[in-house]
Amino acid sequence: MNGFFSNIDWADIGQAGLDTLLMLGGSLLFTLLLGLPIGVLLFLTSKRQLLAQPLVYGLLSFVVNILRSVPFVILLIVMIPLTVFVTGTSLGVAGAIPPLVVGATPFFARLVETALREVDRGIIEATQAMGATTTQIVLRALLPEALPGILAGGTVTAITLVSYAAMSGVIGGGGLGDLAIRFGYQRFQTDVMVVTVLLLLILVQLLQMLGDRLVIHFSRR
Amino acid sequence: MIQFKNIYKSYRVAGTDVPALQGIDLRIEAGEIFGIIGHSGAGKSTLVRLINLLERPSAGQVLIGNTDITALDAAALRAQRQRIGMIFQHFNLLSAKTVAQNVAFPLSLAGGKSKAEIKQRVAALLARVGLTEHADKYPAQLSGGQKQRVGIARALATEPQILLCDEATSALDPQTTQSVLKLLADINRELGLTIVLITHEMDVVRRIADRVAVLDAGTVAEIGPVAEVFLHPQHPITRRFVLEAENVDEGELVDDYAHVPGRIVRLTFTGDATYEPLLGAVARDTGVDFSILAGRIDRIKDTPYGQLTVAFTGGDIPAALQQLAGRGLAIEEVRA
Repeated sequence: MNGFFSNIDWADIGQAGLDTLLMLGGSLLFTLLLGLPIGVLLFLTSKRQLLAQPLVYGLLSFVVNILRSVPFVILLIVMIPLTVFVTGTSLGVAGAIPPLVVGATPFFARLVETALREVDRGIIEATQAMGATTTQIVLRALLPEALPGILAGGTVTAITLVSYAAMSGVIGGGGLGDLAIRFGYQRFQTDVMVVTVLLLLILVQLLQMLGDRLVIHFSRR
Repeated sequence: MIQFKNIYKSYRVAGTDVPALQGIDLRIEAGEIFGIIGHSGAGKSTLVRLINLLERPSAGQVLIGNTDITALDAAALRAQRQRIGMIFQHFNLLSAKTVAQNVAFPLSLAGGKSKAEIKQRVAALLARVGLTEHADKYPAQLSGGQKQRVGIARALATEPQILLCDEATSALDPQTTQSVLKLLADINRELGLTIVLITHEMDVVRRIADRVAVLDAGTVAEIGPVAEVFLHPQHPITRRFVLEAENVDEGELVDDYAHVPGRIVRLTFTGDATYEPLLGAVARDTGVDFSILAGRIDRIKDTPYGQLTVAFTGGDIPAALQQLAGRGLAIEEVRA
């Protein structure tokens, strides 16, 4: 039994786990902060909505689609100069967060747009009929009504970020996924592979459970 | 007073203009309950939404009092909308807010009231619509009728002068419809609120409206006091509504009477004449025999009325009809 875990350096695993959590936390925070307004803007400027602007919507939608169609591994590398400009380094947790945010924000923005579309049009109409401003409609009616959907989208995004973060090893980002690839895969250390994947599985499970709880807590339908 | 002046509205669908309203001129008096009836696609949803400019007319003016609301700027329009309540077929309550929060919503949007003032007003409104004990429930926990009561309380929160009802009872069962209509009629009486309601159900109009406009293909086919319009419908579309409400089909009627001998007329009584023993007296006097083929005694809002289809045989039929007409009955020839 001792033989199977012989390759494992628990301190390394601990550091990698911490790095993964930091990457996840940092990138999720910025993804939510950036993706939410972009999603709202996508929704508002789309056809037959409050601020219908076909040109703005088309442009925004196009940029989102471009970012979503670039494979993340490529994005990681292409982003390096920008990352260095923003964080001063392209390595480690700090180097991984900008590409993670750029990769996940368009994804989350689309999920926000979809969640807003699920809100009954009648609610917008009723709020408008009360004499609400567009800002009031968005902040006081649309977002609260779409909250369960947005939280579900945030959960999916967080889990996507876990798997994106695993790829950041390519640019020296660190974390559990990096450990799995460098030791588990490239050095045939199966035990490292099993432990890291297991830890990632636990992380994903926890995220999903937390997300589901939040969705249920805020659902009143 | 709400006035539509030469209103046209068309929607652009797939590159072509589809007309919804074609030259509407209409005046709704302050304090009345005004019904707008029409089949789906007749333009009634569009018409009611012109009053708070949820839809803008392609041409024409909408006056509320003396203000042309189509000329208001955004802020003035929002202030105007706060003075107009609206209730909807599907209630459109915010699912994430409790009953009390839904009723408080228009007040907090409008601003200018303290939390305590809002709380007090919400409590009064909920008591008015009989939902005090449901204040902390979410809409999903309520029945359809209760949801519409929340909608009504919410619409009244800002003390509007006008209440718009968009098919407000169409999603409710007949019993709930009655109680909601009664609530609307009470509110109209107590608050002197002008109510504009659109519906495709004649029964709704008959029960509470003072006047009605029948809308057909974007134009007003007929307009007048409800009793007048429904007892003596002039336009084919109105006739169809009347027959629909009575669950009869015009062709079927004539077929049914094929084997009935005599002269068939439809007699309409309104007001006190409804309860007088006229037919018997006239029959004795002129020697005619009569058989009643169809009929109903009902009320239109507060006016009792009766409508009987009668076959006369023998005696002096013209004299009988003359006597009936002399007592204020309306007589329509069904078959000579």
